[in-house]
Amino acid sequence: MRHLRLVPDNTAIPFMRMRKFTFPVAAFLSIMSVILFFTVGPNYGIDFLGGTVIEIQTKDAKPDLGKIRGELNGLGIGDVQVQTIGDDNSVLIRIGQQPGGEAAQQEAIAKIKATIGDEAEFRRTEIVGPRVSGELAFNGAIAMIVTFAAIAVYVWFRFEWQFAVGSIISAANVVVMTFGFYVVTQHEFNLTSLAAILTTVGYSLNDTVVVYDRIRETLRKYKKISLGDLIDRAINDMLGRTVITTMTTLIALLSLYIFGGEVIRAFTLAMIFGVIAAIFSSICVAAPVLIYFGLRQDALDEKKKDADAKPQKA
Amino acid sequence: MLHFSRWKMIAILAVVLVGILAAVPNLFSKETVDSWPSWMPKRQLVLGLDLQGGAYLLYEVDRQDYVQRRLRTLVSEIRTAMLEDPRIGYSGLGVQGQGVQLRIRDLSQLDLVRQRLEPLRNPLSNSLLGGTAVNEFDLSVGSDGLVQMTYSQAGLTQRVRSIVDQSIEVIARRIDQLGTVEPSIQRQGEDRILVEAPGLGDPERLKNLVGQTAQLTFHLVDGSFQTGQAEPQRKPGTIVLPALDSPGVNYILEEAPLLTGEDLTDAQATFDQRSNEPVVSFRLTTGGAQTFGKVTQVNVNRAFAIVLDDKVISAPVIREPILGGSGQISGNFSIQSANDLAILLRAGSLPAKLTIVEERNVGPGLGADSIRAGKIASIIATVAVCAFMVMTYGFLGWLANIAVIVNVIMIFGIMTILGATLSLPGIAGVIITVGTAVDSNVLIYERIREEFRSGRSAIASIDAGFHRALGTILDANVTTLIAAIVLFYLGSGPIRGFAVTHAIGVATTIFTAFTFTRLMVALWVRWRRPTKISL
Repeated sequence: MRHLRLVPDNTAIPFMRMRKFTFPVAAFLSIMSVILFFTVGPNYGIDFLGGTVIEIQTKDAKPDLGKIRGELNGLGIGDVQVQTIGDDNSVLIRIGQQPGGEAAQQEAIAKIKATIGDEAEFRRTEIVGPRVSGELAFNGAIAMIVTFAAIAVYVWFRFEWQFAVGSIISAANVVVMTFGFYVVTQHEFNLTSLAAILTTVGYSLNDTVVVYDRIRETLRKYKKISLGDLIDRAINDMLGRTVITTMTTLIALLSLYIFGGEVIRAFTLAMIFGVIAAIFSSICVAAPVLIYFGLRQDALDEKKKDADAKPQKA
Repeated sequence: MLHFSRWKMIAILAVVLVGILAAVPNLFSKETVDSWPSWMPKRQLVLGLDLQGGAYLLYEVDRQDYVQRRLRTLVSEIRTAMLEDPRIGYSGLGVQGQGVQLRIRDLSQLDLVRQRLEPLRNPLSNSLLGGTAVNEFDLSVGSDGLVQMTYSQAGLTQRVRSIVDQSIEVIARRIDQLGTVEPSIQRQGEDRILVEAPGLGDPERLKNLVGQTAQLTFHLVDGSFQTGQAEPQRKPGTIVLPALDSPGVNYILEEAPLLTGEDLTDAQATFDQRSNEPVVSFRLTTGGAQTFGKVTQVNVNRAFAIVLDDKVISAPVIREPILGGSGQISGNFSIQSANDLAILLRAGSLPAKLTIVEERNVGPGLGADSIRAGKIASIIATVAVCAFMVMTYGFLGWLANIAVIVNVIMIFGIMTILGATLSLPGIAGVIITVGTAVDSNVLIYERIREEFRSGRSAIASIDAGFHRALGTILDANVTTLIAAIVLFYLGSGPIRGFAVTHAIGVATTIFTAFTFTRLMVALWVRWRRPTKISL
């Protein structure tokens, strides 16, 4: 039986020569993401802004959005967003943070329940108060920073400092681009989205470390070739693996996107984007960054000599 | 690399088997599992609220409300202290911000004032820190006669801590009486209480039961008087409280309560014998019964109000002295609301007001839809990935598939053993693990191919392939593991749910790559003795 081969053997794609093109692209996308973040801004959900989300499902009749909207807007609870989601009978109602502290949120929801009454089943109610929403945002940011620091230390111990910095730059690039994805698509940005971004960070690091591992090994094997050629060789050697792994991950995520239900659709879409960004980033950012940081081949030789002097397993 | 001693082989298979066995009960319904003999594994995965429906309520102690209430009692304590012999002349006693202040008329009495007020500073013992006491209030006596008692920061912290502990007990007693849900009630941070009630269909009832302070007091109604006006003329020492059921109706009551909830020994929902309406009947303590008897004797034909959390439930007129130590509260109850009030009275009142700062309710219908979608997506993902692997690697692809499936089963097994909760983002965590667990196999197989192409024998290639790939797998996965562990400790809600499954998934991936996959390939090599590698 002939096996599927997505990548021919012995590819020699000059990734490092392409960096004159790919590096600016990565930089451009990141900077655009940052600019969009500050100008347009993401569509923050109630986890970070505070507020209330209610999902209702009408029992038999199709919901009349205009009527619901009209009734709720008359309640004096600020701007009410009403939209259908998933199947035709489900309606998502979103209201902003109510002025007047925690108790005011409860009053608003009581009003909504009284207005809608028994016509519909209340499938989901989420209320996030003003204080909690601030904390959730803060904790999310802290989680991201600590993750980065812990990883940098691990990679620095296992490799060289250039690799540590490179993997963080590459992961940060993925984070920024995925943020940009949220800004461009205006998908709601909530705690689950944060989980999606952090997943892609994990995936990106995983991928970067695999590439770095190969670069380190190639560095030890070939002493005479230039660093650029070395990195090219390492990436090309890994290309079969990279493509197959990306395929399997994307297959898994796509099935989650198509069949996993409305609740996590935006979450999976962001992860699909993130995985692609991660692959791009580990090849087009993480690897060339090593050249810019002036990774010296003899630095690794020193280490190897040390390792050889003390008899131990590599 | 490819040699396994018999014992190693047995150990690896034993670990895999334990993981699989632990996951088995999840394939059956709760009832079926309960009927199994006791030696079989029975633990099942805990499903998150997003999957089985239920209520998640985060309460916070309302510090401001508590402090204001406490300061009001402090005012009357100070008033009493100043009345002792010799009397101290003062003016302007009242609550001011976070404290109470007053002004002494006779400056020669400053030392005496200090003496009188010192005991009111109320040292709170701190058992946690080994006996060091902090004072609830800071006292300052100015030489100009201005006296201030303010809530101390340390005192408030300590107070809030004990309020949380006490509240947890009260809430647990209340929900316990409900009997139908298995809630978890936890302290969260300094001043918060998290109540989770999985599978609950009626979150409103839970909120009513948990959130009510349920401070019950009995007051005499002032005069013959109840009014529709908001603020009628009233004497000092009286308060105006609204009626619970009829909006616009207010009562003027004597401020000092006759009885409080603490004078009750029991409360039950019953039916009134005459009107057949649901009522709550209560019994009083001996002391409470005596007070009540005395008061009702002198106040026949006056009304007394039954007040719950500053709202008047009802205000019956005293027809005759009530001496038996029992009585009943009527007030337009339904059977359920009478029952709930009885529960609240039996379980006792909360020491302070609690406000909801975060609430997430998922109806059972949505939870069931999510889990169905999650299951379908997981099965399709697994089948599609497996098919892709077989197309790419043929027989070795099958081995990889077995490894990945064992991997997923072990994730569920370990989660079951640990009692971890599976949430919707958790399912996503499992699916991304399926995607990346394949990576370890891909790394190994691609390495073997490379070695074989560079001219080694098949067996030597396999050996070297594993040898080289395992280091990479370890580095790549430990990095991801670090990320997942940090997320677990710092994240909340969906992030945490995701981090748990992802961390376990990474750990099982490392384990299977190093042992199970290697063992399978080793057994295959021993059996077939391949001379060519078709990858």
